[in-house]
Amino acid sequence: MRIAVCVKQIPDPATPYELDPDSHYVVRPNDQVLDDTDRYGVEVALQLAEATEGSVTLVSMSPSGNLQGIRQALAMGADKAVIVDDESLRGSDSLTTAKVLAGAIQREGFDLVIAGTESTDGYTGVVPQQVAELLDVPSLSFAKKVELAEDGAVRIERQTAAGYDVVQSAVPVLVTVTSGVVEPRYPTFKGIMQAKSKPVDTLGCGDVGVSPTTTQTIQAVEPVPAREAGEIVEDDGEGYAKIVAMLEQVKVI
Amino acid sequence: MGFDRYFTDDHELIRRTARQWVAAEILPNVDEWEEAGTFPRDLYRRAAEIGILGVGYPAEYGGSPGDLFMQVVAWEEIARSGSGGLGASLGSLHIALPPILKFGTDEQKERFLPSVLSGERIAALAVTEPGGGSDVAGLSTTAVRYGDEYLVNGAKTFITSGCRADQYTVAVRTGGEGHSGISLLVIEAETPGFSRSEPLKKMGWWASDTAELFFDDCRVPRANLIGPENMGFIAIMENFQKERLQMSIVANITAELALQACLAYVTEREAFGRPLAGFQVLRHKLVDMATKVEVSREYTYRVAARMAEGEDQVTEVSMAKIFSTEASDFVTHEAVQIFGGYGYMREYLVERLYRDNRILSIGGGTTEIMKEIVAKRIL
Ligand SMILES: Cc1cc2nc3c(=O)[nH]c(=O)nc-3n(C[C@H](O)[C@H](O)[C@H](O)COP(=O)(O)OP(=O)(O)OC[C@H]3O[C@@H](n4cnc5c(N)ncnc54)[C@H](O)[C@@H]3O)c2cc1C
Ligand SMILES: Cc1cc2nc3c(=O)[nH]c(=O)nc-3n(C[C@H](O)[C@H](O)[C@H](O)COP(=O)(O)OP(=O)(O)OC[C@H]3O[C@@H](n4cnc5c(N)ncnc54)[C@H](O)[C@@H]3O)c2cc1C
Repeated sequence: MRIAVCVKQIPDPATPYELDPDSHYVVRPNDQVLDDTDRYGVEVALQLAEATEGSVTLVSMSPSGNLQGIRQALAMGADKAVIVDDESLRGSDSLTTAKVLAGAIQREGFDLVIAGTESTDGYTGVVPQQVAELLDVPSLSFAKKVELAEDGAVRIERQTAAGYDVVQSAVPVLVTVTSGVVEPRYPTFKGIMQAKSKPVDTLGCGDVGVSPTTTQTIQAVEPVPAREAGEIVEDDGEGYAKIVAMLEQVKVI
Repeated sequence: MGFDRYFTDDHELIRRTARQWVAAEILPNVDEWEEAGTFPRDLYRRAAEIGILGVGYPAEYGGSPGDLFMQVVAWEEIARSGSGGLGASLGSLHIALPPILKFGTDEQKERFLPSVLSGERIAALAVTEPGGGSDVAGLSTTAVRYGDEYLVNGAKTFITSGCRADQYTVAVRTGGEGHSGISLLVIEAETPGFSRSEPLKKMGWWASDTAELFFDDCRVPRANLIGPENMGFIAIMENFQKERLQMSIVANITAELALQACLAYVTEREAFGRPLAGFQVLRHKLVDMATKVEVSREYTYRVAARMAEGEDQVTEVSMAKIFSTEASDFVTHEAVQIFGGYGYMREYLVERLYRDNRILSIGGGTTEIMKEIVAKRIL
């Protein structure tokens, strides 16, 4: 089974983010890390590839920098990586991103595409479904478990508010996985050293047949307002009723 | 992350893995292990699987070959668990194995390295004796040759990993008085005549098993002699250089953790209606702490870089140990002060850092011994 995993390189969430003063885009440092959510996708892909003697190709759109995030995923065991790095993609919205990823995936060939449900930094949570649409394959979302059915179809347990649904589709198909589905393996010392000799292709927009159109601009950025002091309810024996009324007022119950 | 001059992308990737591992498998349990005075043996195997345990050792013996800064990364990230004891026990192989790797025969390396580097067996170094630790040349545990065996008699104390180790690299007297009569023997835990104490009760390093070892007509095969007879002193002294670097690195991280805890605390905690961070006395104190952490770290890295180049750094690494442990003494002391009464409570990290730190200017050669070494070389 040929598996493509969408992985995003993001600035280390443990470090403060910086915004470009003119464009208001996040300054992407040379050093980026593998988005934590995508570690789960990589692990699921590796397990399925091991079970089917398949291959795992990482697909990413980002300023490649020193490729630390990609090398983390290669060190976990993925076979190769394809990166689309084009300055004209800066500020891409989710649809442009999806077109780029779909173009790269199409180019590589695939039976299964795996993505996270939502990235840590951008978190629109819509890229994977757009990718599925562009590739013209079904999308199975919010998988908390992914397995192969007897006939080679992919079966997932889709997380729901009440429990889970079992959903199945023939390949080719796209699956989004939730964090915590599996225990992602560590990029081990050996893996990190082996990753150095794995192929990493860097492509531009032309290679994936996308002409970028920046449809969004950021007009202004305001700091998050300081949190206002909460309201204190004195308990005169009826305090609970006041709290219930307040919660109803803000429509959380 | 930075320090580009010392750490490459490879180092940073290993750091990230080590940090992820510490965050996922050590930090959630570390308070419990500290209170229990131990940690699961399986952690050695896990560390080996990930490639952190045997960093810096050849792949043919199951290690993860890498330069000195790869080891620095591993030491630093394990020290960031905030448990000095865990780091000490998990890291005891770094003082037990190097003499075997450097002076042992191929057969000895085959016997004593792979099972330790895979995390199955634990290795410890035993030099210090109840009668004295600083005066290594005066040690009195004897090993007398009888045919194919040495008959070992004496005792060792304060041995890290002492209760759980499967093999000990032991300094013994095979010859006359002084440094020219000392040899290194690997003694396995199941050797007849060998016994060990219960864990010694300590001020800090609680998660580490520290023991006294007893050799009572202990019969050790001659095949376990590391290097030529009576040449052990040089191997021990050489081994100390790396241990002192390791202690300096641990001191720096201990201080850094204490500083970070304080920087967070002073913005949260209020006194007299304003955050502690608003008091100039404390602000300046934090600057003193941060300055020492920064200077100490940079100097230690420089020494490491020169050691990695093969330069003689005996003077410099001794200075690093003096400086970094004085810095961490100051920083951990002041950290408890800044936390006030909470700093005295076990629930707070700075309380443990303060206790764990105290050994660093004593173990691996005391500050006074470091000064003797430097004095001899600069006077
Ligand atoms: C030069 C350049 C600069 C960029 N700067 C930024 C920036 O500052 N901030 C930012 O958020 N993004 C940036 N991007 C990436 C791109 O704009 C976003 O990835 C895109 O808008 C998707 O948004 P999202 O993170 O909300 O996706 P979501 O829909 O939340 O992501 C869901 C899943 O889709 C997959 N996915 C999403 N994006 C990518 C990707 N780029 N590569 C591989 N897999 C992906 C992952 O599996 C992810 O878990 C940049 C890209 C380039 C080329
Ligand atoms: C938790 C812990 C773990 C340890 N782990 C190990 C281990 O794994 N393996 C091992 O072999 N040892 C280990 N040690 C022992 C440690 O290395 C010794 O404690 C240390 O070297 C000092 O020896 P000593 O305790 O015998 O002190 P002593 O040598 O008795 O020294 C007592 C005091 O006298 C001072 N002094 C001694 N000589 C001089 C001098 N010439 N000039 C000036 N002052 C001097 C010392 O600095 C010290 O302040 C450990 C110790 C502890 C506490």
